[in-house]
Amino acid sequence: MTDLLEIKNITKRFGNLTANDNISFSQKEGEVLAILGENGAGKTTLMNILFGHYKADYGEIIFKGSELPSGKPESAIAAGIGMVHQHFTLADNLTVLENIIIGERSLFSPSLPQKSAREKLRNLSDIFGLPIEPDTLVINLSVSEKQRLEILKTLYRDCTLLILDEPTAALTPQETDSLFSTIKQMVSKGLSVILISHKLNEILSVSDRIVVLRQGRSVGEVCTKNADRKKLAEMIVGGTVDYPKKQAVKKGSEVIRLQNISCDAINDSSKGLNEINISLFEGEILGIAGVTGNGQIPLAKMMAGHLKPKNGEMFFLGKKITSYTPKQFMDLGVAYIPEDRNIDGLIGDMSVWENSIMTETNDLQVRSPLGWLNRDNCKNSAHLLCSTYDVRTQSLQQPARLLSGGNVQKLLLGRWLSRRPKLLIACQPTRGLDEGAIASIQKIILEVRKKGNAVLLITEDLDELLMLSDKIAVLFNGSLSNSFGAEKLNRSKIGLMMAGESFDG
Amino acid sequence: MADFRLEQRDFISRRLAFFAPMGAVIFSFLVASVLILLAGVSPLESYYKLFIGAFGSKNAIAETLARATPIILTGLAAAIAFRAKFWNIGAEGQLYAGALAVTFFGTGLIQLPNFLMIPFLFLVGALAGGLLLLPLVLLRNYYKVDEVVTTLLTNFIVVLLVGYLLEGPWKDPMSLGWPQGASVIDEGVLPQILPRTRLHLGFIISIFTAITIWLIMSRTILGYKIKAVGINPSASHHAGIPVIRTIIIVALLSGGMAGMAGVTETAGLKGYLTLDLSPGFGYAGIAVAMLANLNPIGIIVSGTFLASIYVGADAMSRAMNVPTYLADVIVALTVLFVLLSIVIIQYRIVFGEKRS
Repeated sequence: MTDLLEIKNITKRFGNLTANDNISFSQKEGEVLAILGENGAGKTTLMNILFGHYKADYGEIIFKGSELPSGKPESAIAAGIGMVHQHFTLADNLTVLENIIIGERSLFSPSLPQKSAREKLRNLSDIFGLPIEPDTLVINLSVSEKQRLEILKTLYRDCTLLILDEPTAALTPQETDSLFSTIKQMVSKGLSVILISHKLNEILSVSDRIVVLRQGRSVGEVCTKNADRKKLAEMIVGGTVDYPKKQAVKKGSEVIRLQNISCDAINDSSKGLNEINISLFEGEILGIAGVTGNGQIPLAKMMAGHLKPKNGEMFFLGKKITSYTPKQFMDLGVAYIPEDRNIDGLIGDMSVWENSIMTETNDLQVRSPLGWLNRDNCKNSAHLLCSTYDVRTQSLQQPARLLSGGNVQKLLLGRWLSRRPKLLIACQPTRGLDEGAIASIQKIILEVRKKGNAVLLITEDLDELLMLSDKIAVLFNGSLSNSFGAEKLNRSKIGLMMAGESFDG
Repeated sequence: MADFRLEQRDFISRRLAFFAPMGAVIFSFLVASVLILLAGVSPLESYYKLFIGAFGSKNAIAETLARATPIILTGLAAAIAFRAKFWNIGAEGQLYAGALAVTFFGTGLIQLPNFLMIPFLFLVGALAGGLLLLPLVLLRNYYKVDEVVTTLLTNFIVVLLVGYLLEGPWKDPMSLGWPQGASVIDEGVLPQILPRTRLHLGFIISIFTAITIWLIMSRTILGYKIKAVGINPSASHHAGIPVIRTIIIVALLSGGMAGMAGVTETAGLKGYLTLDLSPGFGYAGIAVAMLANLNPIGIIVSGTFLASIYVGADAMSRAMNVPTYLADVIVALTVLFVLLSIVIIQYRIVFGEKRS
């Protein structure tokens, strides 16, 4: 086999950050090459350079024997490179077919090549086993259908090298399996695939060869057949990871109970809730699984007082809740770690110490009764917070946006946990973090449970869900399944429930 | 095509933060000198006359500081609102609301000894300015009505109302036909602080207000909340900070300070309300706040600077026979270049993205 693609000495800097440092590798025709690495290791930057979104500072890219001009996505497409981004680039208000044609011709040109396009699309669908209805509006497609469309879009443009950036991020385990069989089928038809991921298991199951990136550098290249899981994990992190262990904890009395809670959808991207019942006890972690948009956000928001239920009742420590405001719930003892920690959590342009006191603006440690800020106390408590929760910062004066994702999350968790909440609601607490940070966040969550508090954990990472939770329930279409002991479930059972099938223990 | 991009600096250098705006001011004078050259006179001599006109005598300094008084107050009004990302463009209307309140209460309706009368007039002026803004901030908070539009348009309503009142029911019969309000009673007039000039107590009050706002912003929990809500209302809300209440307080403070500017002009400089009480002090406040990068202490400097340009330009115009509009040009250029310099303070420009 000849080399299809050769990446030579690619270097890319953003300010002081070197996103790609002298990276070289090659790909053979018909090969599935996996680029493995943590968030921020430089995977996406490298692919954006390959696809022409960024210009590299140094280095060159040889594709099919000739050099690709840098910074020109159109020439990458013309050469036969197709990319499916982590966040889809589809027009929601157009049909599947229109989305396929859109880049090729103006939609307003008098004669659209509808007929030939429809023909070609059907052919591609058949060949690669990617069924799709050409006249459906994209807005009505599910996540996996949208992904299928993105892949078909690249195939329609005769792509021979397909780049998939974190393709399984929003898929159920079953959908992931079907994506992988599609990949295998595409390779058997002569396509080459680059797969970008930070999920070790998936990479091992589908790739031929693995390139590991760490902090912008290529730290190793292995054939998947010879790969050793543990060694790979160490290569990714650059050291050993100390994974947390769950200990038995005595279950206490009930912390929060939801009775037949319903609410309307808050926006187009998420369902409302339908007659939800939850009962959560001290020393217990309830894990909520579900495909994004099935009601996770309304559930979390409601249990944190950000949303008023339409029907139903909620009890906290046995008392009925009458007022649904964030303040009320904070005072009762609820801590809420929102999904998007950089938008709803910390304020990037304020300093670490300023961020650490945000929930404490009524605390007389922080302010005098007249409203004067006690900076010394603030900084002392911020210092304590940072050392307790191992937040690594150059100084307390440093703006929070300069912290790494893991440190942002530790600071946010620490800020809330120092209020000693009875209930912690954690939404996607480890999303986008590196292995080391994930382990410390998980440890913190288990610590909350060990202290006899309740945790509601909403996460897309099923391994995390199974490892941390005492019991698990699945949200589908705004309805919550019964909850089952975590030991009774596994990935595939949860996956079926995420797709809406019922399961009876 | 120039190949460059902006990169946010991790830490802001204090030296750059100080010198870049200075450079911008000097640069805008250089650019404006092109216009003076086109008018056929010497820029250096013109600028000298401008400087002498603004600072060359006791009287000139007094005039400059008297002019700076309302501009500092409207500048503070803009700054505190903009910190919270509440875009109050209505300081002009709030200034006139303050002036109306002074005319209503201060021309005989209420009689108090002067140590009570003056604070009372500031209180009602500030309340009038703040209350004018209150319905607008509520509309914004509860119905998402854009405050830029409502505050701006309210200016015209208030100015026209002043016109109606001064031509009609509130017209002073002693004014020989001029559209002006009755005089503020003696107890309410702000005393001169420099003998035989027009500089009055209002200047001290504006400085005092600036220091108070600086203390609030940097030393109190309210200032902290205003900053947090301004940068990220969503994160503030999640942390339990009352976002809407904070913005309402900001609006009351902002409108209040603009109203106080109406008090200094009516009870200090003129002694009565006129149609031309404010030649755009409300809008000048926005420029002043921007020049100072919303820093209350900086506003004292930028407000005085702006006032000196306007006062000095009158002298320059008389001596050199160039139009006073040059003052507007210089101010506009200064604002533009200083804003640009603030970008340079916060970002570094990286040239070239070449491959080798």
